[in-house]
Amino acid sequence: MDLLALFRRKAPTANLAKERLRIIVAQERSNRSGPDYLPLLRRELFEVIKKYVNVDPDAIHVNLGKEEGQDVLELSVALPGAKSA
Amino acid sequence: MTLETTVQPQAEEDNAVRPAPAPVADPTPSRTGASKLTEIIVVTSGKGGVGKTTTSASLASGLARRGKKVAVLDFDIGLRNLDLIMGCERRVVYDFVNVIQGDCTLKQALIKDKRLDSLFILAASQTRDKDALNVEGVRRVLDELIADGFDYIVCDSPAGIEKGAHLAMYYADRAIVVVNPEVSSVRDSDRILGLLSSKTYRAEKGESKVKEHLLLTRYSPRRVGTGEMMSVDDVKEILGIDVIGVIPESPDVLSASNAGTPVILAGESEVADAYEDAVKRLLGEDLPLRFLQEPKRGLLARMFGG
Repeated sequence: MDLLALFRRKAPTANLAKERLRIIVAQERSNRSGPDYLPLLRRELFEVIKKYVNVDPDAIHVNLGKEEGQDVLELSVALPGAKSA
Repeated sequence: MTLETTVQPQAEEDNAVRPAPAPVADPTPSRTGASKLTEIIVVTSGKGGVGKTTTSASLASGLARRGKKVAVLDFDIGLRNLDLIMGCERRVVYDFVNVIQGDCTLKQALIKDKRLDSLFILAASQTRDKDALNVEGVRRVLDELIADGFDYIVCDSPAGIEKGAHLAMYYADRAIVVVNPEVSSVRDSDRILGLLSSKTYRAEKGESKVKEHLLLTRYSPRRVGTGEMMSVDDVKEILGIDVIGVIPESPDVLSASNAGTPVILAGESEVADAYEDAVKRLLGEDLPLRFLQEPKRGLLARMFGG
């Protein structure tokens, strides 16, 4: 059986690497451009929310934006579906 | 220590080349008045084992071979390695920390390369005290090298983003970020790029940016061809900075380090040529990247793994 594997080409994974990097690098760059406390704030918010709702870390978005000359801290939490609520 | 004006043709070439620095003209290149002619280059990466020391040794040697006066400094406090790669490990008497602490003069600590007259090495200390190196001490050493008329100071950074890495990049005019076409190395490189744009003297003082370049190492055109490895263009696209060199994966790197010869000086090889190209690009030449294609091999060579 494994003889066949010798003739099979390995799955090309470079594209996968590139896609994953594109996403994580973009995310880390946006954290970097914000104030130093953003990642920590995000983590602590997650800890607090987790006490009440079982959310995924990916479901929490903390963003610092500008609106009409004011810095706005935007927080969005996607709650899980009804079954776990 | 004066610049030895030997009668080698290289020295003339040096004079001829010097008035034309890198094409990216920098309107305010100097931190101190005297530094106009000296360029401080940090070789860094974040991730360990990607080829920083190999690259520092070869770039420094390549620049020196072209008649430049070059000092290469090992910032990896506690883990001295540049001396081994340069083949001068048995001639280390004083190190970087000795100079900073005033145990000796800089002249006493600089090791003159046996192959190239204008190349000098400053070994890292093997002390375990991470605080032995500090910003003021590094500034003093750099200023003295600048006053001595060095053309290039190559700072070989330790891995990581701790103090040694921070100090190696702090006063840099130019950064060579060594990266393998592999996920963790690319991500770490991006982290380093972030530090270069925020935690350097140039960034803190609002001076013109540190010039950043990527140098890819352990590149395997064959695996790029089969889609198993990210290409130069992939890495360049993700990180968004220009590529100053692509060094193919090769057993020649290990052989050269075994022998204590910077691979650029260790005889004809693709790796040596690729580093030489990077040196020329550093000096402002515009050259196409080479060794990105797998060399065509005949059927027999493929069958017998030649």
